[in-house]
Amino acid sequence: MTTLTAGAQRQPSAARLLGLFSIVLVAIGLSGCGAINRVPTLQEQAKSSWSEVQNQYQRRADLIPNLVETVKGYAQQEKDVLIGVTEARAKASSVKVDASTVSDPQKFKEYQDAQNQLSGALGRLLVTVEKYPDLKSNQNFLALQSQLEGTENRIAVARRDYITAVQAYNTEVRTIPGRWIAAFLYPDAKPMETFTATPNADRPPNVKF
Amino acid sequence: MSRNIPVRVRLALALAVIAACLAVYAVGALAAELSFPTLTGRVVDVAGLLTPDQRHALEVKLKAHEDKTSDQVVVATVPNLQGTTIEDYANRLFRAWRLGQAKTNNGVLLLVAPQERKVRIEVGYGLEGALTDAQSRTITASAITPRFKTGDWFGGLDAGVDGILAILSRDAQEWQRAPQPKDDAADPMQVAIFVILLLIVVVVAWRMARLGNRGGRGGRGGGIVILPGPGSGGWGGGFSDGGFGGSSGGFDGGFSGGGGSSGGGGASDGW
Repeated sequence: MTTLTAGAQRQPSAARLLGLFSIVLVAIGLSGCGAINRVPTLQEQAKSSWSEVQNQYQRRADLIPNLVETVKGYAQQEKDVLIGVTEARAKASSVKVDASTVSDPQKFKEYQDAQNQLSGALGRLLVTVEKYPDLKSNQNFLALQSQLEGTENRIAVARRDYITAVQAYNTEVRTIPGRWIAAFLYPDAKPMETFTATPNADRPPNVKF
Repeated sequence: MSRNIPVRVRLALALAVIAACLAVYAVGALAAELSFPTLTGRVVDVAGLLTPDQRHALEVKLKAHEDKTSDQVVVATVPNLQGTTIEDYANRLFRAWRLGQAKTNNGVLLLVAPQERKVRIEVGYGLEGALTDAQSRTITASAITPRFKTGDWFGGLDAGVDGILAILSRDAQEWQRAPQPKDDAADPMQVAIFVILLLIVVVVAWRMARLGNRGGRGGRGGGIVILPGPGSGGWGGGFSDGGFGGSSGGFDGGFSGGGGSSGGGGASDGW
């Protein structure tokens, strides 16, 4: 009986073995390239880099009311500049950001423009401050200024990390193995937007002491 | 069927797949266009501002602090910044050297670029709360740059290191940051996973061998196939990152970064 079943099974078993073997081969090939998991891995990395960018922009926005208050005490007559900063901050904070922002060119541009505008307004404020030696030697102002400077630098780093992460992710979903894998397994994996370099956007506003 | 596809097309397809696989690495390589000195110790004086004795004096201080708190504080001097800003250079250098322990990111880099007349204290993620931007700025403005102005490199660096270590020690005391165990032991989870995988392999091999000896049924027994893990690098990726590489100065005289990173905390100054 054993020989009979073994004889009967030999034919399908060989075919099945071949099928199994080819599946295994394909799976090993793909995971050797790291392709199956790379799309979601890179997507998560890009997303977390984006959160860091948002986080640092938020931190900057949080510093501004304090800065404006401090400057106000010394430079009442610079109303225009102060109002400019406050308005730019309000506008930047009003731009709604969610997970879809990164894959929506228009929303992304809106966010980036609002933040750039705030950077410009802050730059003008810090230039104006040069005229007020009393303010420049105020301890509170000095501390705020170094915090602001540090935040601008963190923004630059976060943006750089985001650009790198998105570059890797976009390359993956736009080139061949990743593109097919994304189409089959991860239909929500769309290319993400990245920052365009605006003049001096990568540099903190020039803060002099 | 496959014979109908011309060899040239097949070759092109194969090349495309390989190129796609390599593209991800290429992107990573492009980002690092600056060249950095090697991390030879806690004081890397490429610009040659210090005498050997002075360098040794600083190293002793830094090592004593690291032994106490596991904070990795490193002093570096570079001849120039290769055309970038000191903020950018310091951050990339910090990450290239992976200062601080991998889990706590408790590294600090004091970077001096004499040609550009710039100095920066770059603070790792984990110490941003202890050594704030404002404190870093106070150190550079009051301890370092006044001495650099008179050409006293060692005086400036020594006072700067003292300032940094004083703030970090106070923080360590206040928060009772116990000396972190050195991260050179393997992660128990990784060891456990490795042992389990090994056991599975052994059991499968044993079973297959037994079935093979019974004869005739070679095709059906060995159904379990272990694929490389989920890490992007197959087997290698899961084990090499951090787990074993995290030792800091564990070997005689050797010194390496513990795997920490920085997000741009700290302050810069010029003189």
